[in-house]
Amino acid sequence: MKKLIATLSLSLALATGGAALAGDYPDRPVSVMVSYGAGGATDFQARIVTMVAGNKDALGQPIVIINKPGAGGRVGWNWFATSANNDGYSMAAYNVPHFIAQSIKGGVKYSTDSFEPIANWGADPAVVIVGKDSKFNTMQDLVAFAKANPGKLTLSGAGLFVGHHIAALQIEKASGAKMVYIPTKGGGAAAMKAVIAGDVLAGVNNLSDAYRARQAGNVKILGVADLQRNKEFLPDVPTMKEAGLDIDNSSVNFRGLMVPKGTPQAIIDKLVAQVPVMFANKRVAKRMKAGGSPMKIMNRAEVQAMWKERKAFLAGLLKGL
Amino acid sequence: MEFLSYFSHVFEPVSLLLLIGGTIGGLILGATPGLSPTMAVALLIPFTFHLQPSQGLILLGAAYTSTVAGGAVSAILLKIPGAPANIATALDGNEMAKKGEGAKALHLAFMSSAVGGIIGVLLLIFLTPTLAKWALAFGPSHLFWIAILGVTVIGTLDSKSFVKGLLSGCIGLWLSMIGYDDIQGAERFIFTDALTGGINIIAALIGLFAIPQVLDMLSKGRARSAMDAIEVRHQSLTASFKEMVSNMRALSIGTVVGSIIGLIPGVGGQIAGLVAYDQARKFSPEKDKFGTGHAEGVIAAESANNAMVGPSLVPLLTLSIPGSPTAAVLLGGLLIHGIFPGSDLFKNHAAVAWTFIDSMLIGQVLMVIFGIYIANLAAKIAQVPRSILAAGVFILAVFGAYSVQQSMGDVHVMIVLGIAMYVLEKFGFSAAPLVLGLILGPIAESNFLQGSLIAGAQDGAVIYFLTGYLNLFLIALVVASVGYAFWSTMTSRRELEKSQKSGLMR
Repeated sequence: MKKLIATLSLSLALATGGAALAGDYPDRPVSVMVSYGAGGATDFQARIVTMVAGNKDALGQPIVIINKPGAGGRVGWNWFATSANNDGYSMAAYNVPHFIAQSIKGGVKYSTDSFEPIANWGADPAVVIVGKDSKFNTMQDLVAFAKANPGKLTLSGAGLFVGHHIAALQIEKASGAKMVYIPTKGGGAAAMKAVIAGDVLAGVNNLSDAYRARQAGNVKILGVADLQRNKEFLPDVPTMKEAGLDIDNSSVNFRGLMVPKGTPQAIIDKLVAQVPVMFANKRVAKRMKAGGSPMKIMNRAEVQAMWKERKAFLAGLLKGL
Repeated sequence: MEFLSYFSHVFEPVSLLLLIGGTIGGLILGATPGLSPTMAVALLIPFTFHLQPSQGLILLGAAYTSTVAGGAVSAILLKIPGAPANIATALDGNEMAKKGEGAKALHLAFMSSAVGGIIGVLLLIFLTPTLAKWALAFGPSHLFWIAILGVTVIGTLDSKSFVKGLLSGCIGLWLSMIGYDDIQGAERFIFTDALTGGINIIAALIGLFAIPQVLDMLSKGRARSAMDAIEVRHQSLTASFKEMVSNMRALSIGTVVGSIIGLIPGVGGQIAGLVAYDQARKFSPEKDKFGTGHAEGVIAAESANNAMVGPSLVPLLTLSIPGSPTAAVLLGGLLIHGIFPGSDLFKNHAAVAWTFIDSMLIGQVLMVIFGIYIANLAAKIAQVPRSILAAGVFILAVFGAYSVQQSMGDVHVMIVLGIAMYVLEKFGFSAAPLVLGLILGPIAESNFLQGSLIAGAQDGAVIYFLTGYLNLFLIALVVASVGYAFWSTMTSRRELEKSQKSGLMR
């Protein structure tokens, strides 16, 4: 009898303890790991979308950004998949298609199954840019040149197996022209510099950075690799489809928050309910718009579907590369 | 002269308070090992959400300038360079501190930082449009040659033997290859997770400079001689100022080299201090005194690393291209207020841009005042018994390596490199050339690979890398630098042989 009471009270304590865990969560600051350096687009946006985390209607606790840059994001995501605590206090920013493409190419310790998405905050499509004095004025000009001069068109981008690289591969495949993709070590900013300085003939870059560079009068934007035109920032720039290239939105850089596999369901549920509200905060939207960063809030189910779809597509595109 | 009219904005109560707070905070953050200027500025970004755009930028600008200078404190007193910018400062500064001249070294560091810094910002004010074109002129082939030029410096940097200097540099170049290669996608020497991203430069710096020193202090144990407290000499400000002015050559070399290197995107402040230090030594009549606690070394290094701050903002403010990680973080500080830098920044947002630049001028002056205030206090650290100091330095080294990116792997890398460096130092190798190899390796390699890819699509590698005025000019500099190193080692050897012969005859 004594044993039974002991067992019962223990299980009761465990049950209430478990409930208390989710009920009190979060009772201390939560960290968000960004696998790119301070000052990059992902870092910058992560700091903005989490700035109201301490509000009553959001998490009620501040969010701290931790940068673990290196190897195109592999360092941070490897750490997150293998060493991060799964108690809900460790979140991370994801970049799709980057981490999915890397997991398909192998050599990393994560895949889409290692992480549980919470919500998506932004979608930054890849765009094709040329210097302001370039002879190319449309995607058609660019493709015609690449067809006439195989292997002569240089395209800069932020690195290997990131959105820019995927877009470049898709452009090459859709146009049938051979181009030279030049990855840079310094990320999108270095790729942009290569275009403005004329080191390369053209480049693939983020919509947000390209928009700013065009405002500053440094580049022309020829096309956007998305399903629709971007009405907010670039209503005049045609999509790749309009320019005659059969390219979908697979290279769009989706950014959002995730937790490691094994995080208690109660905590995931709580985050899934609160994080999108935090993203939708008016002050967040104002700052994101000011910075030229397109927002796209998606819930957990939508992100799960998007991950699955990207994984299938990228496995095909990267096969034999 | 438009910038003069915005000085009044800097002296508004809130702005001035932010400027003072940012300067003091920056000095403290900069003096903390492992907290680089980039991290310090990134940490302050959330505070600027609630400020006016110009006020936010004043805070960030003050923090940027003063963290670069604050790094001199730990470099001089503890031989832990807080950031790559302060490596060269540690070489002579720490020797001065050991002789009890810590206060003098700190005075010189802050004063020459301010001179370099102010001239750098003035360049930013007056020459921005011209300089912007210059910054763009450096493509992959030019950056490759600049890195090679840096490599030629390696052999003569802070080591008695030219060959051992070169060997240290090669070890550094090899270490820089570790990790995932961003351009070809190859994995190199990654046998543990801690190395996936390569060797973190700040963790390596701390290990290579601080750990051999800790081991050295511990190996001397509690021997009586080691227990003797060093007399810390008080240093008057006028004496320091006179000393700085009398070393005009080092000061101007530092300022010029820092301003030019700061302008080149992607090379930036990491090597400004080292290159200026090397040049100052080559032009000095007292070459042999460098590395033994020579004031010229500190002056050249510190004037260079602050002179680079102003020009490093040129590509950011005019072209919206951040030339360094710190500039990238500053860009974020502008963007959250909807300010897009670009050629018309000074037209559309004149008040914000000029107030920011003016605050950086005044910030330099404040930095000297507060820096000198702490110098006399901080210099007393030399009186701490060695066994206690060793423990303290070790704790700071571990803390610093960890705080770079909250990674225990970096701490392991730091300790392994430190122990290896201790052994190497016993054989006459030194840390500075090794670090320079570690910094230059990736710059040379990535630009060579990119250049080759671009060259493949144009007229071939020979034409791409070996033609054009800028390429030829840089190649000429490389040849001159190698030639000078050979010539000076040959003549010094000949002199040595001569003196040995005459010694034998006697």
